[in-house]
Amino acid sequence: MTRIPMGEKVLKENDRIAAQLRGRFREAGIFCLNLISSPGAGKTTLLERTLEGFAPEERVAVLTGDIQTDNDALRLARFGFPVRQITTGGTCHLEARMVERALSDWELRALDLLFIENVGNLVCPASYDLGEAAKIVVVSVTEGDDKPLKYPSIFHRAELLVLNKIDLLPYVPFDLTRVYQNALQIHPGMEILEVSCTTGAGLEGWRGWLDRQRQATRDELARAG
Amino acid sequence: MHELAIAHSLLEAVRAQAGRRPGSRIVKVGVKVGELAGVDPEALSFSFEALVQESELAPLTLDIERCPRRQRCPHCQSVFVVEGYDLACPGCGVRETQCIGGDELDLAYLEVEES
Repeated sequence: MTRIPMGEKVLKENDRIAAQLRGRFREAGIFCLNLISSPGAGKTTLLERTLEGFAPEERVAVLTGDIQTDNDALRLARFGFPVRQITTGGTCHLEARMVERALSDWELRALDLLFIENVGNLVCPASYDLGEAAKIVVVSVTEGDDKPLKYPSIFHRAELLVLNKIDLLPYVPFDLTRVYQNALQIHPGMEILEVSCTTGAGLEGWRGWLDRQRQATRDELARAG
Repeated sequence: MHELAIAHSLLEAVRAQAGRRPGSRIVKVGVKVGELAGVDPEALSFSFEALVQESELAPLTLDIERCPRRQRCPHCQSVFVVEGYDLACPGCGVRETQCIGGDELDLAYLEVEES
């Protein structure tokens, strides 16, 4: 019996495709985001509020993942930007090859911001790199404030936590101080934004965050010449 | 439950290795699963066994090593395993420490029998 050390990633095929995508995004000057949350936290609504604030000439596109239906793509296509639904047919997360396939006939140079809305699930999407520049986790205040402790993997890997539905805080036992503590315990230094997609509260902060990231991506492209 | 997809990727890797080693048989796969990897070891074992059972790779066993979260203190450079959620350095008490491990999902080793 011989033991052969391997030391390779189990998901190395996914990681290989994700690295290619990341290279293509960087070359085209695209800031790509991977939005992850449990079902119903408000990913699609956050995207609706975001798209409606953009001028028609903005170079923005969305890929949206679901197990079934193209409901989300229909909701998001109303704003006139390119939107494509990825229907996974049962798979509980998006994989890099699904993104690669969905982008196959898109001219990436026409874009500088790409949202990927993952399947509603706080566990599985955390394991799959899609080539994004940043993962964002959305939590609504109608969920528990202990979500970061229960799902540490995604909070560890996400750059930004968006707390949604803050207009409902007076009606639910969600403790804002505790969710900050819990998120920062798992991911010290994590950025946190509070928004309500219903009232519009906090959305300026979110748009400001997006603008800074897009500017940083443009600066990087300019430096690379 | 993405462990079935992960078990599938794992068997792909084993098949690729088996193809490079004619005349020998892979009998065991060693995997490292970090506690931040978001992968449930029991579900992974269950999925792995289900896939192996009906395949040409049977009998093939899976050895999962669970890896805790490890942090490094930027002040005193000590490396420590995180107990619970406390990321502060147990040596010097610095609170802002860096994560250096615990999110791995690695194929660590293969055990091969020469035939």
